[in-house]
Amino acid sequence: MKDLGTYCPNTWCAGCGNFAIMNAMKAVLNTLNAEGLGLENVVLVSGIGCHAKIVDYVNVNSFYSLHGRVFPPAEGIKLANPDLKVIGHAGDGDAYGEGLEHLIFAAKRNIDITAIIHDNRVYGLTTGQCTPTSPLGYKGRSTPGGTKERPLNPLEVMIASGATYLARGTSHGIDLLKKIFKEAIMHKGFSLVDVLQVCVTYYNMYEYYDKRVYELKEHDPGNYNQALAKIREWDYNADSPIALGVLYKKEAPTLDDSYYKGAPERPDVSKMVKEIIDGPV
Amino acid sequence: MKDFSILIGGRAGFGIDKSSLIIAGILKQLNWRLYVYRDYPSLIRGGHTFSIIRASREKIAAHLNKIDYLLALNQDTITFHEKRLKDDSIVIYDSDSVKSKGLGIPLGKIIKEENASDIMRNTGILGALCKTLGVEWQILEYVLRKNFDKDIEVNLKIAHRGYDEAKGSTKIDMLDQAKLPLFTGNEMIGLGLIKGGLKTYIAYPMTPTSPILHFLANMAEKFSLKVIHPESEISVILMALGFAYCGEKVAVGTSGGGFCLMTEGLSFSGMAELPVVIILGQRPGPSTGLPTHSCQTDLHFALNAGQGEFLRFMAAPGDAEEAYYWSQVALNMSWKYQIPSIILSDKTLGEGTYSFDINLVKEIKEENPVLWDRKDRFKRYMNTKNGVSPFAFPPDKDAIVKVNSYEHDESGISTENPEITKMMQDKRLGKEKFISKELEGFETVKIHGDRNSPTSIICWGSNKGVCVEAAGILGLKVIQPIVLSPFPLKQFKNSLKGVKKLISVENNATGQLARLINIFGFEANELVLKYDGRPFSLDELVERLKEVI
Repeated sequence: MKDLGTYCPNTWCAGCGNFAIMNAMKAVLNTLNAEGLGLENVVLVSGIGCHAKIVDYVNVNSFYSLHGRVFPPAEGIKLANPDLKVIGHAGDGDAYGEGLEHLIFAAKRNIDITAIIHDNRVYGLTTGQCTPTSPLGYKGRSTPGGTKERPLNPLEVMIASGATYLARGTSHGIDLLKKIFKEAIMHKGFSLVDVLQVCVTYYNMYEYYDKRVYELKEHDPGNYNQALAKIREWDYNADSPIALGVLYKKEAPTLDDSYYKGAPERPDVSKMVKEIIDGPV
Repeated sequence: MKDFSILIGGRAGFGIDKSSLIIAGILKQLNWRLYVYRDYPSLIRGGHTFSIIRASREKIAAHLNKIDYLLALNQDTITFHEKRLKDDSIVIYDSDSVKSKGLGIPLGKIIKEENASDIMRNTGILGALCKTLGVEWQILEYVLRKNFDKDIEVNLKIAHRGYDEAKGSTKIDMLDQAKLPLFTGNEMIGLGLIKGGLKTYIAYPMTPTSPILHFLANMAEKFSLKVIHPESEISVILMALGFAYCGEKVAVGTSGGGFCLMTEGLSFSGMAELPVVIILGQRPGPSTGLPTHSCQTDLHFALNAGQGEFLRFMAAPGDAEEAYYWSQVALNMSWKYQIPSIILSDKTLGEGTYSFDINLVKEIKEENPVLWDRKDRFKRYMNTKNGVSPFAFPPDKDAIVKVNSYEHDESGISTENPEITKMMQDKRLGKEKFISKELEGFETVKIHGDRNSPTSIICWGSNKGVCVEAAGILGLKVIQPIVLSPFPLKQFKNSLKGVKKLISVENNATGQLARLINIFGFEANELVLKYDGRPFSLDELVERLKEVI
């Protein structure tokens, strides 16, 4: 096992759900490495927020992007080199707020990259405002009287957009995270794992989740209607049971596969450009 | 005839644009030098659209207001352009839909009899024009065959009937000089990028740079290019930075509105030292403005766009040859210095058609970026003498490549340390000294016209052609800064030697170039500005200059 750590001091709060995500990811990367992937083939992309510090803490290739802009560079990297495993870490503000358009399009393209959403349902780094998945009435610093907006159900958005692997985990269940992270990374197509990650400082939901989560059994993720029903069971608002595990899985053509990859050898560009300029008379 | 202009006009959807290129193609066969100005509204059908094809014995890059031949496919064309006619100008019109004096051709009747579609009235009027100009039928047939894949026989028939309806009133000579190909500025930007080593082009459609996207999409297979049209300009530039991270030479194209969305990515490119070339085709703003028209209003926006202080290379080519050349230079500069580059174009340059002379373009080689020597541990942002940190690209077994939008240390790990912050900012900004030094070997400021004249025009971008020609008529000098960032102070200072009066000619309302040189302590004595969305015509500029010299 490689440590995979860097010299960067960790500044997450004690008890932060990001530790579980990072430790699960490190374990999965070690497993993939042992299975022959070669860690040089991994690129982690992150947005901006507490979650994003993961790229400073994990010693592999990384692209520390802008808030909301995790997926466009991840797609650029994948299209530039389809052999790379590109894993995008994004917060819920990042992926479902500022960058929702990009997320929808990445799913629509079914490009073979993985999205790990650190969904703590609060803006941590900007000290406690509501996010697209905060429940109705959430009292944050920008909504002291409680938010008047209902949350998005991100997984419902994703299944409608064309994502081909959807799973949910929590930061209180590292074994499940390891399992679904690995599956998501190995899935051929756009995969997304929504991690109910707990922010101990601004929105401590450990107890709330522990009471309601259950792991999916006898669920057929290949069945669209069953998947949709399970995705709709909890709408990120009502106090209903919360399913964990693989919700949806489907095989479909990916953008990077169907995309024109170009000839293996670069043509004699100068000569060909000259031919175009000289042209037929 | 020394020089003549043809205006063809009609409703959008009449095929005016294609017809104007066929006319230019015919005159190209006779070795004339051409410039085509296109004027069209932002709609798909209706409105008024026209092109002016100007032919000359010498290379030109400007149109004239006055015209010699007016081809009218509808009444509006007569109404709007009658004022351009000279005493001896000839009007050729569709006598079935237009009332005018001149040569009426019953195009409605002809297409009916030949069972042809309405758009083919064009070929009828082209036939009449060729006969009037004394162009041999064989040349017209040759060019038509090149331009039409389908329905060629019926087009030829209609062209021939138009040809037969007219009388030869003049004889356009076949000139004794080389034939030059016709290209738009946009096409030459595209070809320049390809020649410069472009592997990926990413753009969201926006006039006036969409034609680059279309052109490169058509070239994609031939040159193994990836051409991508994503969801927004934000995605365009961020995707491009992903390609740059993997070592792929990449460019993006847009106009002002899209460039607004790109500014966060531009600043990221500056911070993370990820090379990207941005083609910025200006069109009149503010905001949506006049989408299909022209201006030079984004000079300071492009120079200052993006939060924070970072180095950028920016050039404003003035014609098709410069577009080809500087697009190659931009890619080289971006990859050599790991910085964003901007090619500042506009609708006039991008969509104007020019006779292109490759002999006027200095040969330039694609330069490869500095790569990691594999000796010490790889640090993406290793501080070096010239600030350029050698690249490694993933996957590399021995290198962990970390790029970062936060301030970062040499390894790419985020930092808030004040010493490292200052060191990294010095490293990035310090590259300016080296790129400026290298640019001294380039013609960053061009001088045209009478070099000894104490009165000089100063102009940039697409105004080059019209200014050079006007200066020729009035005996003036022209100073044309092409590189606008980093500002070529030394060459610019030299260009001003002997100049007593400086007149800035610009397509904007505030004199943006004049404002730029002012920062460096120089002053334009007069401003000749035009900001109605149209470029200067030669005759108009000469009159405007006479008022101030």
